[in-house]
Amino acid sequence: MSFFNRADYFDLPYWQNGPAPGSLYHFPDFTTNFNSDAIQRTQSPMVTGTSVVGMQFKDGIIIAADVLASYGSLARFRNCERVIKVNDNIILGAGGDYADYQYLRSLIEQKILDEQCLDDGFKLKPKSLHCWLTRVMYNKRSSFDPLWNNFIIGGIEDDQLYLGTVDKLGTAFTDPVISTGYGAYLATPIIAKAYEANSQMTEKEATDLIYKVMQVLFYRDARSFPKYHLGIITKEKGIEIRGPISIVTDQ
Amino acid sequence: MSSVLAPEIPTPGFSFDLCERNAMLERKGFSAPKAQKTGTTIVGIIYKDGVILGADTRATEGNIVADKKSEKIHYLAKNMYCCGAGTAADTCMTNSMISSQLELHRLNTNRIVPVVTACTMLKQLLFRHQGHISAALIVGGVDNLGPHIYVIYPHGSTDHLPYATMGSGSLAAMSVFESRWKPDMSEEEGKALVSDAIRAGIFNDLGSGNSVDLCIIRKGSLDYLCPYELSCVKGEKQGSYRYKKGTTAVLTKTVRPIIVEEECVRRVETECMDTSS
Amino acid sequence: MSLIQDYIPRNLPDYATQAPKQFQFNPYADNGGSVVALAGDDFSLIAADTRLSTGYSIYSRKQEKLFKLSDTTVLGCSGCWCDILTLTRVISARMQIYQHEHHKTMTTSATAQMLSTMLYYKRFFPYYVSNILAGLDNDGKGCIYRYDPVGHCEKNTYVAGGSAGALLQPLLDNQVGYLNQENVEKIPLTKDKALSVVKDVFISAAERDIYTGDGITIKIITKDGITEEKFDLRRD
Repeated sequence: MSFFNRADYFDLPYWQNGPAPGSLYHFPDFTTNFNSDAIQRTQSPMVTGTSVVGMQFKDGIIIAADVLASYGSLARFRNCERVIKVNDNIILGAGGDYADYQYLRSLIEQKILDEQCLDDGFKLKPKSLHCWLTRVMYNKRSSFDPLWNNFIIGGIEDDQLYLGTVDKLGTAFTDPVISTGYGAYLATPIIAKAYEANSQMTEKEATDLIYKVMQVLFYRDARSFPKYHLGIITKEKGIEIRGPISIVTDQ
Repeated sequence: MSSVLAPEIPTPGFSFDLCERNAMLERKGFSAPKAQKTGTTIVGIIYKDGVILGADTRATEGNIVADKKSEKIHYLAKNMYCCGAGTAADTCMTNSMISSQLELHRLNTNRIVPVVTACTMLKQLLFRHQGHISAALIVGGVDNLGPHIYVIYPHGSTDHLPYATMGSGSLAAMSVFESRWKPDMSEEEGKALVSDAIRAGIFNDLGSGNSVDLCIIRKGSLDYLCPYELSCVKGEKQGSYRYKKGTTAVLTKTVRPIIVEEECVRRVETECMDTSS
Repeated sequence: MSLIQDYIPRNLPDYATQAPKQFQFNPYADNGGSVVALAGDDFSLIAADTRLSTGYSIYSRKQEKLFKLSDTTVLGCSGCWCDILTLTRVISARMQIYQHEHHKTMTTSATAQMLSTMLYYKRFFPYYVSNILAGLDNDGKGCIYRYDPVGHCEKNTYVAGGSAGALLQPLLDNQVGYLNQENVEKIPLTKDKALSVVKDVFISAAERDIYTGDGITIKIITKDGITEEKFDLRRD
């Protein structure tokens, strides 16, 4: 289909397509009707972050993600933070499309602001955010316009540790050990085994373990980077976002 | 020209006669039966005195476990073994074909066959068939040059590594190696590392499971441990599932006696082996 | 515009370009899981494994797949986990609405009918879920309802569904339904027998079905309420 047909506009009698008496001249506009019924949907991720790793330890939750945002096989943005503090109860790690994550982050930040404006003393809890995210992701997948992300939500709710995840379909679950992307294949075996042997790790043991798995991920995941952020939430010290931590390789 | 008296010698190798027919049937919706795949974890490492190969023992057909005691560490020669992942028949037949060629090679040359020879034979076979033989292999052995681990991909590309993993559980196993492998390990350390790598595959990859097989090859000696250990025990049945006699319905019953019409004995002449060449 | 294009296998998939490729978005996932339910004269029993998986990897080893809908009704789900989450949430909302509107709890048979309607409502974008509903009918007898993803409903006394459904159903036909057995005394199912059968069939399923394992949860529904039992399976 051709939108611009010369004959229609230039071989017409003079002033054929001019304004009606009393109205303004309107140039032929070829673009307004262009594909007006088509909606752009995300069918594939563009700029992506790789694995996110999360685990429970004795008195807190730890979430880690590296700082690389890749454009296909290009290491495009090398300083993107993917672990954030949502409020005093919740940390969030994101993998997958970086733009979708930024969009969702702005929604979450607005939610937190709205809540602070109410000033009723109530704060969003990790389970509530997890549930809300699941609904958002499921609704987007049901309209064939998914947010191409994997999220890991960590937090403390009524003195209980909470670690959950949701993916682009709205598949959600909670578990003491969760990894997404290549982390599911490379990090989970190491962390799950360590957690089974000792589910009451100290913060030091947990950060050391995470360092080791981030190192393994850097060795074998081609879309990873030797710099990562840690989000740690503990009952005593609250939330700390640490990083960027550099991975030292011996190879 | 072929006749009844001088039939044409069939060309060696695979028969591709029915490929076009099968493609046509597939287009019309009659798909060929699926081959048994070994969703697998196989690994190999070099340690102080040789190599250790490891494998799980699950063979799957889609989501069904087809074989719980599938042996995936195949014999190649006295000084080398080969782990196979991919289509069970392909890995099995490829290894037995190469194994016989290696034995002939050993008899011809009268010395220990180098591991690289097996690797080259395998890669040439796999490359010739352009990936249609879906065998992903880890060859491990010790020859006069020392211990070797080779990985061979179904298309014929190879790699010479100190530690290697293959199959659907390769990433789980590799995560264990990447965090714990070091050069010049003792045999005990090596066995523990390899069995941990296989167990990482067994527990984290659904295509791998059941038990751990190990094969330790040293200079001049060998341990083939199948199974080395069980990953988990089968649950204990609560009830009894024995049927009482007469549970199976007998619909009809006929007895036919065997009538012996003729009895004859034929001697089979043994043929001497051709040793002329 | 077709939203889901058929996958057209090409002759040389191995020579496809390595350049960034277009992903086709698939709104469904198969997260595995098996459900078995048995009904007796005064109870019904439903069990589901606790493994949540995708492809060849395990998401979680401790995922509850039985949903208590009322004191006499339990729903067991397997299939696409995101659909299960949504479906069960909508069901419990509908159950609450019913409670408020009618001042009584929905009966098992009413719940069964509602579930069928809810599934068929999504006929052209179905919930990819295999549902089994267990409960007690109005006379206090155990009853089981099984569904296909688009809402066909069938009442049974013993059912196996989910990834190991095809493996287990013939076994139940034989052991619980006494099918293909001659000269056998058909003893009505007792609670103890049901419990031992359900554990044994899951042991067998875990042996041969890669998507079933880790453990099972059994819920026993009687007029006195629902009791729960757990049982470990192999984890490989």
